[in-house]
Amino acid sequence: MTLLPELYMLLFSVFFLFLSLGKKKMSVFATAKILALTGFAVTLVCSGARGELFYWAYRVDFFSQVFKVLLSAGFTLMIFMFEKEDEVENLTEYFMFLGFSTLGLMILVSSVELISIVVSLEISSFSLYAVVPLRKAQTVKQLEAAMKYLFFGAISTGIMLYGMGYLYGMAHSTYLADVMTKLPQFLTNPLGVLAIILALTAFFFKLSLFPFHFWAPDIYEGASDATTTFIATIPKIAAAALLIRLAMLASVEPVPLATVIVVLAAFSMTLGNLVGLVQKDMKRLLAYSGIAHAGYLLMGLLSFNREGNAAIIYYIAVYLFMNLACFYVVMLISRRGENVSVNDLSGLSRRSPLLALTLAVAAFSLAGIPPTGGFTGKFFLFVSAFEAGYLAIVIIAAVNTVLSIFYYLNLVRVSYSRESEDPQPLHLAFHEKALCYIFNLLILFLGLLPFGLLDLFRRAV
Amino acid sequence: MSPVLTMNPFGFPILSTVIFLPLVGVFFILFLRDERKIKGVAFVAGLLTFLVSLVLFFSFDSGTPLFQFGERLDWIPAYHISYVLGVDGISIMLIVLTAMISPLCVLCSWKAIATRVKEFMVCILLMEMAMIGVFCSLDFILFYVFWEAMLIPMYLLIAVWGGPQKDYASLKFFIYTLFGSVFLLVAIIALYLANGTFSIPEAMFKAYGFQFQCWVFLAFAIAFAIKVPMFPFHTWLPAAHTEAPTAGSVLLASILLKMGTYGFMRFCLPIVPQASFYFTPMMVVLSIVAIIYGGFVCLGQTDMKKLIAYSSVAHMGFVTLGIFTFTVYGFMGAMLQMLNHGVTTGALFLMVGIIYERTHSREIYDNAGLGKLMPAYVGFLCLFTFSAFAFPGTNSFVGELYVLIGAFAKSKTTGFFAVVGVVVAAAYMLRLLKQIVWGRDDERDLKDLNIREWVYLLPLAVFVLWVGLFPRPFIRIMENTLMHLQMQLNRVSQ
Repeated sequence: MTLLPELYMLLFSVFFLFLSLGKKKMSVFATAKILALTGFAVTLVCSGARGELFYWAYRVDFFSQVFKVLLSAGFTLMIFMFEKEDEVENLTEYFMFLGFSTLGLMILVSSVELISIVVSLEISSFSLYAVVPLRKAQTVKQLEAAMKYLFFGAISTGIMLYGMGYLYGMAHSTYLADVMTKLPQFLTNPLGVLAIILALTAFFFKLSLFPFHFWAPDIYEGASDATTTFIATIPKIAAAALLIRLAMLASVEPVPLATVIVVLAAFSMTLGNLVGLVQKDMKRLLAYSGIAHAGYLLMGLLSFNREGNAAIIYYIAVYLFMNLACFYVVMLISRRGENVSVNDLSGLSRRSPLLALTLAVAAFSLAGIPPTGGFTGKFFLFVSAFEAGYLAIVIIAAVNTVLSIFYYLNLVRVSYSRESEDPQPLHLAFHEKALCYIFNLLILFLGLLPFGLLDLFRRAV
Repeated sequence: MSPVLTMNPFGFPILSTVIFLPLVGVFFILFLRDERKIKGVAFVAGLLTFLVSLVLFFSFDSGTPLFQFGERLDWIPAYHISYVLGVDGISIMLIVLTAMISPLCVLCSWKAIATRVKEFMVCILLMEMAMIGVFCSLDFILFYVFWEAMLIPMYLLIAVWGGPQKDYASLKFFIYTLFGSVFLLVAIIALYLANGTFSIPEAMFKAYGFQFQCWVFLAFAIAFAIKVPMFPFHTWLPAAHTEAPTAGSVLLASILLKMGTYGFMRFCLPIVPQASFYFTPMMVVLSIVAIIYGGFVCLGQTDMKKLIAYSSVAHMGFVTLGIFTFTVYGFMGAMLQMLNHGVTTGALFLMVGIIYERTHSREIYDNAGLGKLMPAYVGFLCLFTFSAFAFPGTNSFVGELYVLIGAFAKSKTTGFFAVVGVVVAAAYMLRLLKQIVWGRDDERDLKDLNIREWVYLLPLAVFVLWVGLFPRPFIRIMENTLMHLQMQLNRVSQ
C-alpha cells in the first residue's frame, strides 16, 4: 500500500516496454489514457499511506503523497493532452520513458537521504534525455536541444554531487535530517553555505532558476510540444517538493541562505520577464515565463514556516494547471507538431473562441490577475515573504508582475484584436473542448475558492 | 460582527444580490444564440439590478454613519480573509449610479455593436458585477479581486470593439492600471501584517507610525491617482476613451474614474489620516494642475471624444480637490461631483456615440451645424454641456459650489485657481456647443433621436435637473457619513 503509486508507475512503464517489443495492435493512446487515469486513482487512494522504508531513507508521509497526487495529476493531464500520432517517433517507448521519468520524480518526493535523492533524480533525468530527440517535425533543432539538455543536466548533477560530498564530509551522514540538524554549523562557515547551494544546483536546474536557466529556452523550442509540456511542468513540481522538504527540516532560520535565495529569486524573475518581452516563439516565451515563475516560487521559501511552504505547494499546483492550459492551446494550434509563434495566434478568437478564452485565462493567471489562481497563489507567496520581513523582494516581484503583463497580455491581444490572414476555423473534438473547460474551471476555482486545498497543503507541511 | 457594521435587515443577502444579478444574466446569455434575445437578457439583468439597488437606496438609513446591509462569510480563514459586504453614505450613491449606467450602456450598444454581441454583453455585465463589488467590499482582498477583475472585461471592451488604435490604447490602459494596483496590493499586505486582518473597517483610524502611514499612503495614492486619473498619470485616459466603443467610454468615465476618488475617501483618509494631512499640499497642487491643464488642453481639441476625455481630467481634479480640503463641504462637493461627473460625462459620451452612429466621425467640424437638423439631439447636448461647465440649475453647479466653498475655507489661493478652471470649462464647452449647433449651414440627411435614444438620455437629463434644483435628498443620504468622517479626522489631527 505504501509503495503502490510508485509500483504502479513502474508497471505502467514496463507495460509499454513490452508493448514496444511486440507488434502494435492496440491503440497506444487509448491504453496510455486508461492506464494513466487508473494511476491517478491509485495515487489518490494511497494518499493516506504512511511509513518509513529502506532504513529511513524513504519517507511516505502526507507531504510526499500530496506531491505524488500532483505529479500523477500532471502526468495524467499531459497524457490526455497528447494525441498526435506523427509528433514523436517510437510512440510506445516514448510513453515508457515518460512513465519512468514520473516514477523517478515520485521516488524523489519521498526520498530523505542524499543517495536516494541522486538516484531518483537520475532515473527521471535520463528518461528525459532520451525523450527530447524523439521529435519528428525537425531534424536539427531537437538534436541540439537533446545535447544541450544532456550536458547541462549532467553538469548540474556533477555540481550537485560535489556539494553533497561537502555536506557528507561536514555532517558525517547522508540523511537529510542529520544534515539539517547540523545546519547552524554550516551557516557559520562560508564553505557550508556554498555546499548547500551546490547541492541544490540540480533542483534549481530542474526549476530553471537563474543562473541555471540557460537550457530552458532552447530545449523548449527544440523538443516536441508534448515533451516540452512534460519538462516544463512535472519535474518542477518534484524540485519544489525537495526544496520545501529541506525548508521543513531546517532547524533554524538560515539567514545567509535566505540572502542567496532573495538574490536568485530577484534575478530569476527579472531576467525571465525582461527577456520574455522580446520572444516570438510561444514555447520560448513560456520558457522565460517559467524562469520568472521559478523566481516567484522561491519567495515562499524565505519564511521557513508552514505558511510559506503551503504557499509554494499552492503556487506549484496553480502553475501546473495554468502552464498545461497554455501548452494545450499551443498543441491544438499546431496541428502538425510544428512550433507556434506568437503571430500564429492572430485571429484565434475567431478561429476558436474557446481556445482563445483558455489562452486568455491561462495568460491572465500566469500574470497574476484576479480572479484567477495565479493571483491567489502569488498573493500567498507575497504575504509569506512580506511576513518574514523581505519587503524588497515583494516589491521586486510586484514590479515584475507589471513587466510580465506586457507579454502575457500580448498573447491575449494578438488572439483577440489581430485578424488572421487565413481565418480557418479550428474545430475541436468533444474531449478537447472538455479539457479546455476543465482547465478554465480549475484555474478559476483555484483563484476563488482556495481554502480547502490550502488547508490540505498546510496539513501536509 | 464588528460594531461598525449593522446587519442586513432583509431576509436575503441584498448586497450579494445586487452584485451577482448581472452574473445570473451572463449565465443565461451563455445559452442563447439569438442576438436580440441576448441584448434583451442583458438589458433585463441590468434593469433588475437597478431596481434592487433602488430598494437599497430607499431603505438606506441616512441617520447613521455605520456600514449597513452587512454580510459576512469566512472566505480564506487561514489568512483571515472574509467575504464582508456593507455600504455607507459614500458608497450607496455610487452603487445606484453604477446600476443605473450599466443598462443604459446595453441600450446604447444596441445598434453600434454588430459583431460578437454575446461576448460584448457578457463583458458589460461582468464589468457591472465587478464595479458594484468594488463599492460594496469591506475586505481588502475582496476589494482587490473585484478591482483587478474589472480590468479584464474593460481591456477586452477596448481591445476587441475599439477604434483604429485599440491595440495601443488597451495595452496602455491595462499596464497603467496594473502598475498602480500592484503597489496597492503591497500596501494591503503591509496593513494586514500590522492588523492581523484584511477587514477594511478594522484598519481605519488605528495608530500606525507616521513613516508607515506615509509609505502606505504613497502606495495607495499611486494606485488611485492612476485610476482617477490625476495629472501626471492621466495619459492613458484620452487614448482609452477615444478608442473604446461608446459603452466602454461611458463605463470608464462614469464609474471607473470614480474608483480612484472612492479609494481616496474610503482608504487614504480613514486609514492613514496623518499621512493624508502631510501630503495634502501635493494632492491639492496636482488637483489644481489637473483642473487648469485639463481645461486648456480641452480648448485645443478637435475630436469630440478627446475633448470630453480631457474635460474628465479637469472635473476629477475638482473631486480630488474637494477631498483634500478636509471640510465637510469639500467632501460633499467631491461626492456630488463624482455622481455629477458620472451622469454628465457619461451622457456626453452617449451623445458622441449617437452622432458617430450617424456621421461616422467624431471630429467637431464634421458634425457641425446640427441645430436645425437634429433639434432634440441638440437640446440634450445643450443641457449636458451646460451641466459640464456647472451652469446654475444643473447638477454640477451644486457640486462645484460645495467644492469651492471647501476650497476657499481652506485657502484663498486654491479657491482662486479652481475658479479659473471653472471659467475655462465654460469656454471649451461653449465652443463645442457653438460649433455643433451653429457651426455651418448645410443640408444633410440626418435622423433625429429615436425612441431608444430618448429612453436612455431622459433618465440622465432628469437627474441633471433634479440634483441641480433639489439636491437635498442626495446630500442627506451622505451627510452623516461624511460628518462622521470629518469628526474623526479632526480628532486625529489634534
